[in-house]
Amino acid sequence: MEISADLGTLADSRQHHAPLELPKQNRSWLPGALRRMVLIRTAEDHIGQMVTAGKIRCPCHLAIGQEAVAVGVSKSLRPTDRIFGAHRSHSHYLALGGSLRALMAEVLGKDTGASRGMGGSMHLIDLEHGLRGTVPIVGSTIPIATGAALAAKMDGKGDIAVSYFGDGATEEGVFHESMNLAATLRLPVLFVCENNLFSSHLHISLRQPRDSVARYATAHDIPAVRVDGNDVVAVASAADEAIERMRREPGPFFIEAVTYRWRGHVGPRDDEDVGVRRKDDLVVWRKRDPVQRLYEALREAGDADSASLELIEREVLAEVAFAWAQAEQDPFPPPESLLSRVYGRPS
Amino acid sequence: MALTSYGVAIREGFEHLLSYHPKVFTIGQGLWSPWYVGNTMTDLEQQFGKARVIDTPVSELATTGAALGAALCGYRPIVIHPRVDFMLLAVDQLVTQAAKWRYMFGGDVAVPLTVRAIINRGGEQGAQHSQALHSWFAHIPGLRVVMPASARDARDLLIASVLCDDPVLYVDDRWLYGIEEEIGPPVELDLAWEGPKLTRSGGDLTLVGAGHSAWLCSEAARALAEDGVSCDVIDVRVLNPFDATLILDSVKRTGRLLAVDGDWATCGFAAEILARVAEEVPPSLLRAPSRRLTLPDAPAPTSGPLERSYYTTVGDVIAAARQIAGVRGDSWE
Ligand SMILES: Cc1ncc(C[n+]2csc(CCOP(=O)(O)OP(=O)(O)O)c2C)c(N)n1
Ligand SMILES: [Mg+2]
Repeated sequence: MEISADLGTLADSRQHHAPLELPKQNRSWLPGALRRMVLIRTAEDHIGQMVTAGKIRCPCHLAIGQEAVAVGVSKSLRPTDRIFGAHRSHSHYLALGGSLRALMAEVLGKDTGASRGMGGSMHLIDLEHGLRGTVPIVGSTIPIATGAALAAKMDGKGDIAVSYFGDGATEEGVFHESMNLAATLRLPVLFVCENNLFSSHLHISLRQPRDSVARYATAHDIPAVRVDGNDVVAVASAADEAIERMRREPGPFFIEAVTYRWRGHVGPRDDEDVGVRRKDDLVVWRKRDPVQRLYEALREAGDADSASLELIEREVLAEVAFAWAQAEQDPFPPPESLLSRVYGRPS
Repeated sequence: MALTSYGVAIREGFEHLLSYHPKVFTIGQGLWSPWYVGNTMTDLEQQFGKARVIDTPVSELATTGAALGAALCGYRPIVIHPRVDFMLLAVDQLVTQAAKWRYMFGGDVAVPLTVRAIINRGGEQGAQHSQALHSWFAHIPGLRVVMPASARDARDLLIASVLCDDPVLYVDDRWLYGIEEEIGPPVELDLAWEGPKLTRSGGDLTLVGAGHSAWLCSEAARALAEDGVSCDVIDVRVLNPFDATLILDSVKRTGRLLAVDGDWATCGFAAEILARVAEEVPPSLLRAPSRRLTLPDAPAPTSGPLERSYYTTVGDVIAAARQIAGVRGDSWE
């Protein structure tokens, strides 16, 4: 099927392989961002291995390759903001600073998990850092984030809501209803679409007439930008600007971050055999590596070298291993929690 | 003769329909995917073309409504919702539009729409990827609800659903895809005449279930027979409109009822079965209080140990049946 290629080079896997262009000022956050991205990748790689080993049984949708979106957006968020995700949200959780042990415990179904073992990988919550919930019904958190923005506006303290979703979610009616509502009521919700060009096995060319989804925002009078979602600097600067404005003057904003998932729709496999062009594209997309491109840029700027990267990788690996070991020892929820967690406790 | 699995039998149903009925097409998510719907639709798009086997954007509501529109214009669409949970986004079209269309326009408008929803649970998938909800849908007048429990029914009730001029919700269960039997060639049944079926006879107790629960009942009955407890097993097959005659006749004979259901207890389908018995079977014929075995009234947890206690097993059915029949250990009370 022919598709109108509004994304231009952003959808072309052969482009944007070079090291990132770093900002001239305010670069001190970048080593931390590098570390966060390495953490997400390492943690998810470990989760993938444990799925393969049969130790994790709940379905896990990995965001490896998409780390820069969550890390870039999270840079300007504060714990009183209200963040919502979807099925592929380990990255959102970890980028906000969520506990590794609670993530590992959750995917193992332990009582110490982020959702106390009741939700698994697809249902994460971390109120301490503003993460209000991630759920796997496609599109379903978009109106909820919109309502959280309504509450934030009523509170009047400059907090905002963030709704993370994929390109597939823009095909659900509720996405369009939410955008209209947010625009009409001027709600401070940041819609962040991670356009990884796929919804499970189907490339966007088989699902939509154009490859970019930012046009939906434009149609609803919501200001929108398209960014290279594998460029943490570009994502962060788009988010910084939007969030700063939204805090001052409530209203919605839309970021389309173009990216690519390296693993299959669910689980650790590549799924090279699934979906239009995926087999040929995946190897090339891996060269638009959000981690490597940031590292190369930092190295060229003299802010990192192979020794410092190795140190990060080693430390992160140890953190992940430690969190996993702790989570494995943790207890399962007690049997009575099957029924005792359905309703609030009576007074 | 060769055995055919439930999953392959569903595919045979599609193959029959697409081969012999040119107005049939199928539309939904995952139809061109190798994994979305198990082995039930493998390569249909290659055999019949992508114009009749249509994979879609993530748009359950529009897809279901569009199929309804095509059904009103002479086609026999089969909408696929790879999970019951996802179908909930399409409930207006199914419940408020399709189910009422014939009636509110005078009773003569054909609505040959089939919606196939798959129950897909277990595997620590949790609250939003585990729901069954056939009880909800069986509550809706105008919507026929079908749940096959055997490979033959998986194929022939699919065919009957699609050839029926009313909207049908056909619910299959991934936990059954591996069961096998000899099924012979496809048969075109009239769904209006299909209903509950006695799949095993015995005098001590009546076991009733639909879909996977019917399978649990037959497995339990086989084990119970070895202990000297003989059961009538009734596979409900068609939940709406619900003809309870066979169940009532059976309970009048056995005096004991155990209804098994993979949905929640409160206002669930098992409650409907017990209600019919309460209304129609004279108390003097009942030898024990009727019982139901259902999911606990809680969403599905992910945690392994909780999930294991959540779903009903053959062992649970056996234990409940023994209790109703008054059997302790291996001897009569
Ligand atoms: C309402 C609903 N329909 C279908 C699905 C099945 N499903 C799960 S994830 C997914 C793909 C969504 O794609 P996208 O929004 O682009 O997110 P990505 O997986 O690419 O991160 C689909 C179709 C679902 N979970 N919920
Ligand atoms: Mg996507």
